[in-house]
Amino acid sequence: MKKTKLAVWKFSSCDGCQLSLLDLEDELLEIAETVDISYFLEASSRLKRGPYDISIIEGSISTPHDIERITAIREKSKFLLAVGSCAVFGGVQALRNYTLPGEYQQVVYEHPEYLSSLDASSPVSAHVKTDLELRGCPPNKRQILEVLTACLNAKKPDLPSGSVCLECKRKGIVCVMVSKGIPCLGPVTHAGCGALCPAHDRGCYGCFGPKETPNTASLSAWISGKLGMSREDVLQSFRHINCYALEFCLESIKHEPKDSSERPEPD
Amino acid sequence: MHFIIERENLDRLLAALQEHGRIIGPRITENTFGHRDIASSQDFPAGWTFEQDGGFFRLRQRRDPSLFAYTVGQDSWKKELYPPRSRLLSLQKTESSFSVTPEKSSSEKVVFFGVRPCDLAAIQIQDIILIQGPFADPEYSRRRENAMIVAIECTQPAATCFCASLGTGPGISSSSDYDLALTEVLDDGLHYFLVRAGTEQGRAVIAGLGLAEAPEQNIIRAENLVQEAASRMGRTMDQKGIKQLLYDNHEHPRWDQVARRCLTCGNCTQVCPTCFCHSVYDRVSLSGKEAERFRSWDSCFLLDHSYIHGGSVRVSSRSRYRQWITHKLASWIDQFKVSGCVGCGRCITWCPVGIDITEEIQAIRQSDERGCNA
Ligand code: SF4
Ligand code: SF4
Ligand code: SF4
Ligand code: SF4
Ligand code: SF4
Repeated sequence: MKKTKLAVWKFSSCDGCQLSLLDLEDELLEIAETVDISYFLEASSRLKRGPYDISIIEGSISTPHDIERITAIREKSKFLLAVGSCAVFGGVQALRNYTLPGEYQQVVYEHPEYLSSLDASSPVSAHVKTDLELRGCPPNKRQILEVLTACLNAKKPDLPSGSVCLECKRKGIVCVMVSKGIPCLGPVTHAGCGALCPAHDRGCYGCFGPKETPNTASLSAWISGKLGMSREDVLQSFRHINCYALEFCLESIKHEPKDSSERPEPD
Repeated sequence: MHFIIERENLDRLLAALQEHGRIIGPRITENTFGHRDIASSQDFPAGWTFEQDGGFFRLRQRRDPSLFAYTVGQDSWKKELYPPRSRLLSLQKTESSFSVTPEKSSSEKVVFFGVRPCDLAAIQIQDIILIQGPFADPEYSRRRENAMIVAIECTQPAATCFCASLGTGPGISSSSDYDLALTEVLDDGLHYFLVRAGTEQGRAVIAGLGLAEAPEQNIIRAENLVQEAASRMGRTMDQKGIKQLLYDNHEHPRWDQVARRCLTCGNCTQVCPTCFCHSVYDRVSLSGKEAERFRSWDSCFLLDHSYIHGGSVRVSSRSRYRQWITHKLASWIDQFKVSGCVGCGRCITWCPVGIDITEEIQAIRQSDERGCNA
């Protein structure tokens, strides 16, 4: 039987998602034996031409060239899996979507005139159809393995829905928000990480993005009213890694300073 | 018959119980509270209590050495009897077919030490569903058989407790299903426990220790402490006609109000000691040669919970909150001849935004009585 051809592609990103894949140390050999890793620059310089059975996409679409590449990759991939906050929601670099075009570039680069980038950083799904998306910054390597396994065995992948709280409770972690007053985005954040942050005694910062029907307004009212979080901090909580995810974006806008002159300059 | 055991002899009781199995009880570790292994009476949270309210839980120091002057924390015994996640079976591919290996059920003997009256009632409710019901769960039954229950009456109720109004606490009735029941008394420098046995196993433990029968005045003292606790309950829930109340108010505007606050996070269902919903899922190895089937706790606050062909039935938060409370307090009675709520208050404390089941019922009841339900 012909091996399944797998390709891994990088767009605007930090490489963390690819590292999650490489971090599957115990399974990596078996993966390499089972599938034909046809394109994975971070792992091997042996490159094969498409078409590919599975393409894993890391990173957001942030340059005109990115749009050309993702369109071409979509055409030669049967199954397109977007992984990580950048590919799924536009990533932390989508913070620039909240500024005037070129505002960050002026601050960061000495010669912004050499850059060719889009005004907004956007998710893969804004440009081509994705077949499945795995959230997280970084994504959970177990979930990536689960999707690969499911593809190879024609099985429905087991990916939890609902809030991080459900995973938190099943792990028996005592809620950090209720027992310590630490603000936590777990109740509005999509499950999948296994409640990593509460397990280490800190609040979830929402890296898996909004869960199904997230009630961000109610949580904001609680963390500001009861837990005393400042308006600016509530804004920052939602305008963070998944700042361009619809529900988090809308919530963050609600906490913008009322008077536009109060708006902080990007530093 | 009541017996008496002094605080300084409590370790003798623990030693006797250790003969039966691993003791699990209330303990503070790493600044949090939960059910953990107990090696000696030093492990109990001496001099601690809890402050609880909607969405609020804090450990507080007391000025006495009491070991059990608090109520329930986040953990319930459901975690031991009906684990959050368990493997049901494994499958191996063979040459022409596959073989099935069912999961070996737990044979470990355990002692649940410090089971509160509400939790004792909750265990009995889960027994009705998971042992006596038409869908008996063999693993639950095994774990239940292997567990010895040492219950303890409550003398320091929390602000979130309402067992008194449901008749599930703060005392333990002799018809309850416990092996031993304790009451802690601190009096003028005296620190002792009253002990009762509910089973042969419990009686054997008492006999083995050679405990003295409790004098009448100590029994009365303990009963008074429990009665006082009943009058200091932080919350109440009026059970009168509750089933019909909820059935009659499916379209009450209160559901919209609570839905604006509810995060549909599902915490309430996870901490509730009687909720039993679960989902089943499969894991397959990369090679496809091995597979495993798991079960894990589920919640009616998930869209998936009501997913049928074509989509989810309960899409709005309103309908999901209504399902939770209507099942707990109304249709549960039709299904199992008992309420699904024991008044432990966990769903109030551990709701991240402090939604209060007693307050919701009260609001619906008040407007129902005024006859202005929609
Ligand atoms: S710690 Fe956070 S994720 Fe865990 S239950 Fe509490 S609010 Fe939810
Ligand atoms: S707890 Fe929240 S921030 Fe932490 S890894 Fe999970 S989703 Fe990301
Ligand atoms: S509904 Fe709430 S108060 Fe009632 S038993 Fe469940 S967690 Fe306890
Ligand atoms: S209240 Fe919800 S989670 Fe609990 S048993 Fe009923 S349907 Fe299941
Ligand atoms: S009532 Fe509270 S704990 Fe339950 S789902 Fe709603 S917000 Fe979560």
